[in-house]
Amino acid sequence: MSAEASSAVADDAHGDHGHDDHGHDHPKFLAHHFDTPIQQFESAKLGMWTFLVQELLFFSGLFVAYGVFRSWYPEAFSGASHELNKVMGAGNTIVLLFSSWTAAMAVRATQLGQKKQTSLFLLVTIACAFIFLGVKYFEYGAKFHEGLLPGKYFGHAFTAAGIFPESTFPTNLEPSEHLPAHASSYFSLYFMMTGVHALHIIVGIGVLIWIWRRNESGEFSKEYFTPVDIAALYWHLVDLVWIYLFPLLYLID
Amino acid sequence: MGAVSTTAPARSHEGTPDPNENYLKATRGIASWLFTLDHKRIGIMYLVLVLIAFGLGGTFALLVRLELFTRGKTLMDADMYNRMFTLHGVVMVFLFIIPSIPAALGNFILPIQLGAKDVAFPRLNLMSLYIYAFGACFAVYSMVDGAVDTGWTFYTPYSTSTNSAVIPMVLGAFIMGFSSILTGVNFLVTVHKLRAPGQTWTRLSLFTWALYATSIIQVLATPVLAITLLLLTMERFLGLGIFDPKLGGDPVLFQHFFWFYSHPAVYIMIVPGMGIVNELLSTFSRRAIVGYMFVAMSSLGLALLGFLVWGHHLFVSGMSEYATMVFSALTFLVAIPSGVKVFNWVATLWKGSIRLDSPMLYALSFIFLFTIGGLTGLFLGVLAIDVHLHDTYFVVAHFHYVMVGGTVMGFVGGLHYWWPKITGKLYNEKMAKFAWFFVFIGFNVTFIAQFIMGSRGMPRRYYDYLPEYESFHRISTMGSWLLAFGFLTMALMFVQSLRNGKKSSRNPWGSAALEWQTATPPPLANFVKVPTITRGPYDYHLATEEELSET
Repeated sequence: MSAEASSAVADDAHGDHGHDDHGHDHPKFLAHHFDTPIQQFESAKLGMWTFLVQELLFFSGLFVAYGVFRSWYPEAFSGASHELNKVMGAGNTIVLLFSSWTAAMAVRATQLGQKKQTSLFLLVTIACAFIFLGVKYFEYGAKFHEGLLPGKYFGHAFTAAGIFPESTFPTNLEPSEHLPAHASSYFSLYFMMTGVHALHIIVGIGVLIWIWRRNESGEFSKEYFTPVDIAALYWHLVDLVWIYLFPLLYLID
Repeated sequence: MGAVSTTAPARSHEGTPDPNENYLKATRGIASWLFTLDHKRIGIMYLVLVLIAFGLGGTFALLVRLELFTRGKTLMDADMYNRMFTLHGVVMVFLFIIPSIPAALGNFILPIQLGAKDVAFPRLNLMSLYIYAFGACFAVYSMVDGAVDTGWTFYTPYSTSTNSAVIPMVLGAFIMGFSSILTGVNFLVTVHKLRAPGQTWTRLSLFTWALYATSIIQVLATPVLAITLLLLTMERFLGLGIFDPKLGGDPVLFQHFFWFYSHPAVYIMIVPGMGIVNELLSTFSRRAIVGYMFVAMSSLGLALLGFLVWGHHLFVSGMSEYATMVFSALTFLVAIPSGVKVFNWVATLWKGSIRLDSPMLYALSFIFLFTIGGLTGLFLGVLAIDVHLHDTYFVVAHFHYVMVGGTVMGFVGGLHYWWPKITGKLYNEKMAKFAWFFVFIGFNVTFIAQFIMGSRGMPRRYYDYLPEYESFHRISTMGSWLLAFGFLTMALMFVQSLRNGKKSSRNPWGSAALEWQTATPPPLANFVKVPTITRGPYDYHLATEEELSET
């Protein structure tokens, strides 16, 4: 094959910088199609940031819907927001903020080559994620029992025994009566927004556990900490979305 | 695929494949394809799936046209007809046209044009392929489970109330969206970080620029479709009420959400096709593209403007008059980058040394047909005229001139052009030109008839029509047969090439572009040595005799 023709494909002038593959300066963690660890690190970072932009656009649809509905039904939104447990919401906000700090500290520990600390910070981050989901479980459970459900199920209590139509509603629970019309739209958006966010928390737990295991197996070092770094980036985004969800949903008045 | 991978010779040693070996022969066996991280093989697997989808969507189109051959029932009832045109739309948009150029041809060509060994994230690349295939399974399941009758736009409230299989189809589109996003992320990073030494931004091929602009749209627009389709699914599952006026929602909100993705998606479809046209025009006129930077920037311009014009799909849906005026004005702006491209292409032809090989015929068809498609788009952007033309066959003809006359011509032209590079084989040029003739004539017969009947008021999507439209429908249906004949001939020609095509030289077209400077088919690592780039891909005046040699 008369492959390499002259000037456009000139002989590799940079061969001595390690462009020619599998040179002695090609560490194990460096994929074959990258020339240098820095190029690989920057690619991963840029890729993650691009992915996070995508995530923002994904949530943006929900934020736009929220804006539209809140401008249509301001009383319903402020009324319904009081049905949420502000203490639990605030607690969860603190938990997530703290977990973002521990995620950042995990990155720092890897950069310093402190394997044990990295694992510790990752585990604390994972624990925070579980606490967040636990609190969310109790919040959701309360809403289910009170019949504060999305759309057409609004006003129907959902218990272990099933969904009860309004007529068989226990008399001590009266969710829809004191709320303004269209509170159901608020709960549609509440469940969609927090639900999609919780899904991201669950994915984040999976990712962090995976990173933790790779750290345990000694894969990371001062030279190679990219996966920890970009996993933490993702975790900060999940945190950031919640920072917006909390005031928008819990603190309307 | 099988025909490609079975050709002979022995490999030196098992274990790590030789990066300088022909990528088709470097590793063997079905697993070496299914788990490959090589962008070239992933591109080929995409190509196979995308072509299957094209065949499927084309069959649905032929059935729709056949039903409309006579008034009243021809071969299916109205319910079936609704499903047929919906499936045609869904399959062609989500399974064929969106991944066609970027994920199939782009995957193969982009890294080679950059002088890179692979895309930035090879595993992510393979994952996008499987996500696409997984989403396609949902779509196929929906077809088996009674299919969808909403039209490809899934407009509410009908999509939330019909009892057809909306949920699996919508989930299929949702999943395939992530494949598109990940491909976009991958290409963006690849263009930024994996360019060979000397491969500056002004030396990038215009196909690369087009894919770069497309990737931006894919990353920014597709997630909005994802959340829209998720809301639609939840609307059906849980009765959210977001799009349901009974529960305080608004169906027009769905249209805004949907077109916020789907209008930019039009540019996901057309911009890569435009990119290919640059490659073809340059190679077959043997000269540089006139106004390189203008053409490159017009791709980015289209990507940007694409986000600002979604409202023109809602002129008669009940938007405020002020909003319609703004959207109408913004829509006219799209003509500027489009015009920049067309004028620069025509200027490139001027005094070029033109060779009318089959890929060039498709490039010229693109310019001709896309211009018609683009100019008729201006009619639809005029508020008063749109009231008359909205939801008529005029709209159908308009976007087919852009999507088929543009994207499909670009895709097919690119397929002809890079076929020798991909497979290492030549095809029967006479047969290719014969097929092109039927594709070109058939396409125009099919859709010019639709322009005329649309301008006379024939509504789109209708099962039946008045007698005065009958002759137009007949002509259009007969055109679809010519078109199908052209594509079948082309398919036969490519199969023949795979079975016993002559071996291609390194550079059968005598092109100056980088991908033609490496071996045919390319080695596993794309280049035996990392190339150092000293000129742009269209700089024929700087290319050496040896580089342009066709043998």
